[in-house]
Amino acid sequence: MARVIATRLLRLVATLLAVTFLTFSMLELLPGDPVDTLLPPDANRTEELVAQIRAELNLDDPFFVRYFSWLGDFVRGDLGKSYITGQTVADTIADRLPITLQLAMMSIGMALLIAVPLGILGAYKQGKWPDTVTSAGVQVALSVPNFIFGIFLIWLMAVQLQWLPATGWNRLTDQGLVANLKTSVLPASALALSQLAVFSRLVRSDMIATLQENYVLTARSKGLPDKYILFRHALRPSSLSLMTIVGINFGALLGGTVIIETMFAVPGLGFRLINAINSRDILVIQGITVFIATAYVVINTVVDLLYSALDPRIRRS
Amino acid sequence: MNTRIGTRETDDPLLEVEDLHTTFTLGHGSVRAVDGVSLTLHRGKTLGVVGESGSGKTVLSRTIMGLNTASNVTISGSVRYAGEELVGRPSKHLRSLFGPEMAMVFQDPMTSLNPVVKVGRQLTEHVRYHLGLGKSEAEKIAIALLTSVRIPEPEARLDAYPHQMSGGMRQRVCIAMALACGPRLLFADEPTTALDVTVQHQILNLLAEQQRDRAMGMVLVTHDLGVVAGRTDEIVVMYAGRVVERAPTTTLFAEMRHPYTEGLLRSIPKTSEAKHTRLNAIHGRPPDLLSPPPGCKFAPRCPYAQERCRNEEPPLTDPETPGHSFRCFYPIGTPENRAAYESNLAAGLPQTLAAAGQLLATEEVA
Repeated sequence: MARVIATRLLRLVATLLAVTFLTFSMLELLPGDPVDTLLPPDANRTEELVAQIRAELNLDDPFFVRYFSWLGDFVRGDLGKSYITGQTVADTIADRLPITLQLAMMSIGMALLIAVPLGILGAYKQGKWPDTVTSAGVQVALSVPNFIFGIFLIWLMAVQLQWLPATGWNRLTDQGLVANLKTSVLPASALALSQLAVFSRLVRSDMIATLQENYVLTARSKGLPDKYILFRHALRPSSLSLMTIVGINFGALLGGTVIIETMFAVPGLGFRLINAINSRDILVIQGITVFIATAYVVINTVVDLLYSALDPRIRRS
Repeated sequence: MNTRIGTRETDDPLLEVEDLHTTFTLGHGSVRAVDGVSLTLHRGKTLGVVGESGSGKTVLSRTIMGLNTASNVTISGSVRYAGEELVGRPSKHLRSLFGPEMAMVFQDPMTSLNPVVKVGRQLTEHVRYHLGLGKSEAEKIAIALLTSVRIPEPEARLDAYPHQMSGGMRQRVCIAMALACGPRLLFADEPTTALDVTVQHQILNLLAEQQRDRAMGMVLVTHDLGVVAGRTDEIVVMYAGRVVERAPTTTLFAEMRHPYTEGLLRSIPKTSEAKHTRLNAIHGRPPDLLSPPPGCKFAPRCPYAQERCRNEEPPLTDPETPGHSFRCFYPIGTPENRAAYESNLAAGLPQTLAAAGQLLATEEVA
């Protein structure tokens, strides 16, 4: 176990080095200057002022000097602060993360809750009408981009039925669960749809393969009811690839719910990242990127641990 | 508690199969994997079902038990268990029989146990389901079962996973699992094929011993005539989904009549033979069941086949010695058979030449 963790940590360090360096280089290639966004549009833009700001932010140092100075701060636990707002990057992440985390977990939870039974049903009734109907539904869900579904949800639930607000976010900690759910259900649903489709496909195909296994025939020959066989014998061996995809999705959702967060005006991490990119707020971009990369590595480790919980053959002695 | 169908005292057969057909419909035709099979098994007796791979013996045992439920399978005929017709009964009813009435031991113990479920639960989940027992009672039964199939340290094994056990151990677990609800009829589908030769004997002896102790009827499916020789009361030889010979075990070995049975027997290697003797295989391959030959299904491989065999399928004969019937126009041991052999040899029929080569080889050694 100690060795596993040590390897993971090494891998994390390597990943972070690569990711931060690449992000830094990419930002170097971007046209535009943070100074432009720092100065108010009506400001009297003088050469001296610009030079002064550039000097304050160390923007004139060579690329490698800036990268390694950032890296040095990072190693000491200092992610720096935003050029624009002055908020520290650590605070920014701590502020935005709970929102994005909740959206990610909610959407994955909702997708799993529906997808697993659907996938099992499809496999169990393979080729019969329940399978045909769910497969068709899944096909549709797969082909609808999540922002289109988001627009539909806003139209239906906010405009037509007026049950839920179209945009905004109530924090769980400030406004309580009900108020929070009112603002979180729609974006989470919008994110859940395509995941649901992918998950149920995976479960269905893995389940179909599992149901061909000899041990399922053995279970049937013992007179066990189908439901018991499906859930107690076939589900676990059929959920390994599901685990992988859930892990990947989780990582992707932490950094990539930009469109949905923007559409529903949810002040999450992705939303903030896009702002930072638009304003060339390099330290914020770096900080969030580092966080997402770390999250990926952690999630992958958790998925690996889940594998061995699901399949005793993978467990180390 | 389980309710027993019928009573032990009656002399009615435990299992009667009549004209059973199992047909698989495939995209490009249909395969009659079991084609008009009839057999009878009395309580406490053992029936051997023998044939090559693809002869339909596994499909037969699964059809009898009602485990062939895929949508492309058509089943007709009759299976009566203790007088009760099973064909066409809903699977829910059949399920109530699985365990307390009939059970099956499968061919490959490496794949017939669930790799992610502990051995203890696999052993007793159906006991708990059928007999409504609690966890601790089920655990006691599991330990007793593992002890009865001679697995050392049974308590420790309950928490083990299948991959932590050897193939022989796993097959013992499978047998214990099949016996758990005290079935009256046990199907053993090639129970030793996937095992080491040394383990094979132990498993077969274990099955025989359990059968004796529990007075179970048993259907022992195998490709190996050697396996069924001393362990069965009656033998059914299958070829291409049909019964080609059926006889009490002693009768069959004393006077086998069908050329296929003869071929099977001859293909068992003997230790009395010289080293590096060529194995006596049956010439050719089993027929393609999508387009079976018109006459006798074995004719294309039979060293005695005549024109008539290729056009007309021989019926299963009425028993001449009690219980012995076969499907052949030129049965072994008759002058007609000898004549057919001579004429085929003279005509240079490849399978006859092959058989002759085998005869010469064995005669030389003798």
